[in-house]
Amino acid sequence: MKHLLSINDLSKVEAISILDTAQEMARVSDGPMKKLPTLRGRTIVNLFAEDSTRTRISFEAAAKRLSADVINFSAKGSSISKGESLKDTAQTLQAMGADAVIIRHGASGAAQRLADSRWMSGAVINAGDGTHEHPSQALIDAFTIRKHLSKGASDLIGLRVAIVGDVLHSRVARSNVLLLAKLGAQVILVAPPTLLPVGVESWPCSISYNLDEVIGSVDAVMMLRIQMERMSELFFPSAREYSRYFGLNSDRIKALKPDAIVMHPGPMNRGLEITADAADGARSVIVEQVANGVSIRMAVLYLLLAGSQEIGTSL
Amino acid sequence: MSLVLPAPDISRALTRISHEILEKNSGSSAITLLGIPTRGAHLAKRIAEIISKIEGTPVQVGTLDITLHRDDLRMRPPRALMPTMIPSLGVEDRNVILIDDVLFSGRTIRAALDALGEVGRPKSVQLAVLVDRGHRQLPIRADYVGKNIPTSNSQSVIVHLTELDGVDEVLIEGASE
Repeated sequence: MKHLLSINDLSKVEAISILDTAQEMARVSDGPMKKLPTLRGRTIVNLFAEDSTRTRISFEAAAKRLSADVINFSAKGSSISKGESLKDTAQTLQAMGADAVIIRHGASGAAQRLADSRWMSGAVINAGDGTHEHPSQALIDAFTIRKHLSKGASDLIGLRVAIVGDVLHSRVARSNVLLLAKLGAQVILVAPPTLLPVGVESWPCSISYNLDEVIGSVDAVMMLRIQMERMSELFFPSAREYSRYFGLNSDRIKALKPDAIVMHPGPMNRGLEITADAADGARSVIVEQVANGVSIRMAVLYLLLAGSQEIGTSL
Repeated sequence: MSLVLPAPDISRALTRISHEILEKNSGSSAITLLGIPTRGAHLAKRIAEIISKIEGTPVQVGTLDITLHRDDLRMRPPRALMPTMIPSLGVEDRNVILIDDVLFSGRTIRAALDALGEVGRPKSVQLAVLVDRGHRQLPIRADYVGKNIPTSNSQSVIVHLTELDGVDEVLIEGASE
């Protein structure tokens, strides 16, 4: 594994090995000394052409815990806002000796373009490209589900996960469907037809338009953010109607199975796809997802950067 | 491939090491055994069993993974991490005994000392190994040795343990120079 671009590039064994590595990384994060010397002398660039809180700081925290040097680079305040092309930016990073670039970009396929080009030689990690994929977030969610529900198994066979909401604009949903299915879970997408992408029938999941029919049978329910900033037209009549049919509220929490968990990749629109009491309730693992984010990203950085890439590329 | 340590010898060596550990530390109350995965972890478990049988009380035993502290990470493909399990009393002010199967360059033990520093500050650190094959590259020595086996650099020492390999034995592969 040289890059992390898409869940499709990972085998089941590789995915499980990332989760297992993250489990050991979590132990380090819980210990008294949070810093490891493993990536000393490596330079990691956070290239964020789109806004982000969690992903950027969690990659930064992960890199710093492994003693790598981190350069943060966002569109605002850089030459990207002057119209510099991805190619020129990449060549600049190459000249500065970046060992890895973590890229968030509004264009689907930007990370792939960077990895396939010869603009730079370092590892490329996709931290979200347009409405395409967000593989590290899916790994976090699989890790969180496994920790709570797999009863010691290394995969997710036998678990049912509902992914609810704005699937159309969600790179998190696509990566999650691919990864959870790969790990053996049954995935159900729940959304109004207007918020499902074209071609969703070919995804390894089932589809429902009715949250209440699904909610009592799942082990985890993952709420997606309604991505207003990507919506140029009307996808549902009103916010109130959307929350009534597809929002997670206290009544729907009561309908959950006794040990089911509530997830959200963040940032949340409280009151729209999830009510405050559902987000902050006992079932919610939303804050834990953020903590797990650092462990997963430490694991990814370790597996991509610690070993020599010349000899072997197996995980 | 030649057999240098058959099963009964391994068992005798571990019993002797257990007695030596108890002698040097005046009992088992202040010691913590930490095995280095994978085979060191199994050896630690065995030594802990022997010691608790002798003393009649359970002994603190765990594992310490050193992968993240290795100095040869860049020279090989990435390695999987192994579990670290620090026993309940921690390492603070304990006499920690690191346990590994083979002592060779000493680099694993250097990494283990770094990894241990991350967990806490032990009162002392001692080292027990089943086989010392020489060729140290660092100023490190073992306090308890199952058997000193002179080897050439081109040979490799292979340790098999019943827990993993179905049989207890130590073999040497390759010709001596």
